[in-house]
Amino acid sequence: MGKAMIQREGAVMILGGGIAGIQAALDMTDLGYYVYLVEKSPAVGGVMAKLDKTFPTNDCSL
Amino acid sequence: MITNADFLALEGKLGNFTAKLNIRPRYIDADACTACGLCTQYCPKHHSDSYNEGLAVTRPIHIDYAQAVPATYYIDPASCMYVQHDTCQICVPVCQSHAINFNQQPEPRDLKVGAVILSPGFGKIASETLEKFSYGKHPDVVTAYEYERMTTASGPFLGEIRCFSDGRHPKSMAFIQCVGSRDLGCDNGYCSSVCCMYAIKEALVTKEHDPEVDITIYYMDIRTQGKDFDAARERAEAIGIKFVRAKVADVTPWDNHLKLTYSTLDGQHKFDAHDMVVLSVGLESPKDAGKISEITKIELNQYDFCKTETFTPLQTTEDGIVVAGAFQGPKDIPESVTQSSGAAILASTVLKKQRGRGTVNKEYPDELAVTDEDEVRIGVFVCHCGINISSVVDCPEVAENAGGMENVAYYTENLYSCSQDAQEQIKQTIKDKKLNRVVIAACSPRTHEPLFQETLKDAGLNRNLFEMVNIRDQCSWVHANDPEAATEKSKDLVRMAVSKAAHIQPLPEQTVPVIPKALVLGGGIAGMTAALSLADQGFYSVLVEKSSKIGGNLQNLKNTLAGDETAGYLKTLTAKVKRSKNIDIVTDAVLAQTNGFIGNFSSVIESGKGKKKKEQTYDHGVIVVATGGYEHRPDLYQLGKSKKVVTQRELETKLAGRAKNRAPDSIVMIQCAGSRGEDLNYCSKVCCNHAIKNTLKIKEINPDSQIIVLYRDMRTYGFAEDAYLEARKKGVIFIPYEVGRRPVVTSKGAKVQVDFFDTIMQEEVSMTTDLVALSVGIVPDGTDELSKMLKLPVTASGFFLEAHVTLRPVEAAVDGVYICGLAHAPKPVEETIAQAQAAAAKAAMPLVKRYVTVDPIVSSVEQDKCIGCGICVSLCPYGAIQMEKVGKKRKARTVSASCKACGICSARCPTFAISMGGFTNEQLTSQIEAFGNNVASEKVMAS
Repeated sequence: MGKAMIQREGAVMILGGGIAGIQAALDMTDLGYYVYLVEKSPAVGGVMAKLDKTFPTNDCSL
Repeated sequence: MITNADFLALEGKLGNFTAKLNIRPRYIDADACTACGLCTQYCPKHHSDSYNEGLAVTRPIHIDYAQAVPATYYIDPASCMYVQHDTCQICVPVCQSHAINFNQQPEPRDLKVGAVILSPGFGKIASETLEKFSYGKHPDVVTAYEYERMTTASGPFLGEIRCFSDGRHPKSMAFIQCVGSRDLGCDNGYCSSVCCMYAIKEALVTKEHDPEVDITIYYMDIRTQGKDFDAARERAEAIGIKFVRAKVADVTPWDNHLKLTYSTLDGQHKFDAHDMVVLSVGLESPKDAGKISEITKIELNQYDFCKTETFTPLQTTEDGIVVAGAFQGPKDIPESVTQSSGAAILASTVLKKQRGRGTVNKEYPDELAVTDEDEVRIGVFVCHCGINISSVVDCPEVAENAGGMENVAYYTENLYSCSQDAQEQIKQTIKDKKLNRVVIAACSPRTHEPLFQETLKDAGLNRNLFEMVNIRDQCSWVHANDPEAATEKSKDLVRMAVSKAAHIQPLPEQTVPVIPKALVLGGGIAGMTAALSLADQGFYSVLVEKSSKIGGNLQNLKNTLAGDETAGYLKTLTAKVKRSKNIDIVTDAVLAQTNGFIGNFSSVIESGKGKKKKEQTYDHGVIVVATGGYEHRPDLYQLGKSKKVVTQRELETKLAGRAKNRAPDSIVMIQCAGSRGEDLNYCSKVCCNHAIKNTLKIKEINPDSQIIVLYRDMRTYGFAEDAYLEARKKGVIFIPYEVGRRPVVTSKGAKVQVDFFDTIMQEEVSMTTDLVALSVGIVPDGTDELSKMLKLPVTASGFFLEAHVTLRPVEAAVDGVYICGLAHAPKPVEETIAQAQAAAAKAAMPLVKRYVTVDPIVSSVEQDKCIGCGICVSLCPYGAIQMEKVGKKRKARTVSASCKACGICSARCPTFAISMGGFTNEQLTSQIEAFGNNVASEKVMAS
């Protein structure tokens, strides 16, 4: 992703950098588009980054 | 990625939006910050750590957690002394990379985008709702979010659970469900759909910490309707976690404890004392939902979540704006991830013409040829990681020590090897010193190997001529108290790496071309949606349907719980599929045979009957499995024996008919008939909604009808809870039954008799009724055979297993195969549609790319040594090794595109014919010998 100062075509804005936004961003780039992932807090990750384990497999969340 | 940004406005329309943002200053230059953490140590001001739910303090200058992305620190202006009072600035000189910049200003930014995906997540339940449970009044009442941070090993208490009141370990804990959900008191009528799962998870984790702790979960219904979720509940019960069906009225402090007042189903009021109470708080609509709606003009539903329709679950009311995740309605991680992929394909369809125009393709210099004849010239770079490594490990000594090793042409130290300037320096050194192998002793290859490999590529070296040593995690962190030993170990590890590096070879970057076509198995709603989504992207599919007509199970339904009429939607969708030039429909057809791997499958489809029977071969790059399921018909409760016993689906058909007496005067519905421990072991997710839908229909036709629903847990999750409430308001009687006392149905002439134990009145009831409707569950269709043919694993219940339950919910373990619909698990139509769109998104990725890249570390077979025993083929979990005939002998061959480089084949090959790229026997032996060398020399010195 990185910085893009020029305005480009084929871009999409994703509002919210939680697990949903991150997944959508990855998928959009894999589908051939430029992504602006816009997050209001200082880091992406959302609520999932605060979780210890995930249900039902108790895998680590981070 | 734009963080710390406010979304201010959106102008324009589909294909041509302008989004206006305001990027707040971080006061730290992201390019310079190396996330060393020194600034936080020096910052004098305390700041409540919101990442840890306020359970810990941090400093105004901080990073939430070590793995945060971007890994850049951040200054919270609300508590920074310089921003607020123009004083302090201690951090500025402390930062060795001069990253702190208080001159940063808010930066307005306009983005030109063709489409928008909304994924703002969810909000928190207001604390007023929690007050009746003494939250805020007693320190030992915590929310589940807070409790999650408490149990986390990396959290503020290192995973040790203690009462806040006096520091004792709680011996008795209570979880209270439905706090802020299913609660009209706070206007949240809906079910939050995730709390039952996380409560069970947290209870299980608590038991892991302390098996002695007594845990009670107070609930109304346990809604573990997701795939294999019930199994976790059973696991919880098996280890002694208690489930009490009760409504908790309040929690009051009581000495050192907390007193819960609750009422059970039979109308009794009870009290119980616990040491700690965890509130299973629900998911609210996001705090800025109103603002987002105002800016984007999208409509919200009555609970301020994004408004969507059953058949277009990811489409907002505005063109070009799609939605994913909890903003669409409360949901768990797998479903959010699924929706995100689905939303991506929708946005992609909107932008199809612009595809590829915005992407950046990086170019690299030509690779230098490195052959066996060339002199080995290794460069060793030892990273200080600020003080993260160098405060423990003597980095100069480690570097100097490496300098004396064989083949090492150059050694140096870096303050931060990963920083921008160090990267440039490494590139230059590779060129100047003519290095052809690079060893970097720093942090974890998991996070930094790709970065350094990129540096090598930039310098014209093959990226595999690289070896990384983790002297941070394995030396300075774990041996923080023993600097000398940590330094010695670092030297050992570096010597081993240098020794291995001498043997590493450049590996070619392999790519395999992809046939840009798909095979979609199953012509139900899932298969049709997937094929159509792919067609919208411009990709051709063959849609294979077993029966004579596409449409699947939706043909049997009349309407949805939300009131949508299914026939109309099905007709439109079927017409679109039939009309599409990109879809070939083959009916009366089955998959007879499939060969190949991602990008290059070849399948034989058998179609037609009798004389018209024929076989056709299709070549395609991906497979979407949407083979569906069908209604289970258990040999229980007189089903099939009495005409007065029907399934919910049969009842729905009857209710949609014209017969005058189609809505009976009395009816008993039995939920989980055959499910959850009878002949099926799982929950079918849709039956509760189906039953509610039918009760409402009956009440609409015949308001006086007496309807009794016998259930175990009513699982009307999400917004379906409203319909459950409506049914109760209209007089439908809901009575739970216990597993040990299932209802009994007997034929009684023209009527049927149902005997059951009424858990509310606490008495046996025997009643005759006009009709019994059974909620019978769903079974997968033909997954057994298909799983063998495609080498796809299935669950114990026969549904296809996804690659990762949480993070890769539509991908199969086999690359290039994607799963959606009932073949994955029972689910309602809106979830099937979103999942089919997600499967199409994942399937479209290799088709868009037109090639698959293969990691060069895959296995390869030296066929001269191979004796054709086939052990590797049988062990490979990915079906990535095939036997082929070479002359007259059978030999193994790796299908590089499918190989995941796990190394099982290599380890098991009896003739050592299989080696892993980058981990050859020669390299590993040399690495191990290098370790032994030192031990040997130490012994010599000691003697």
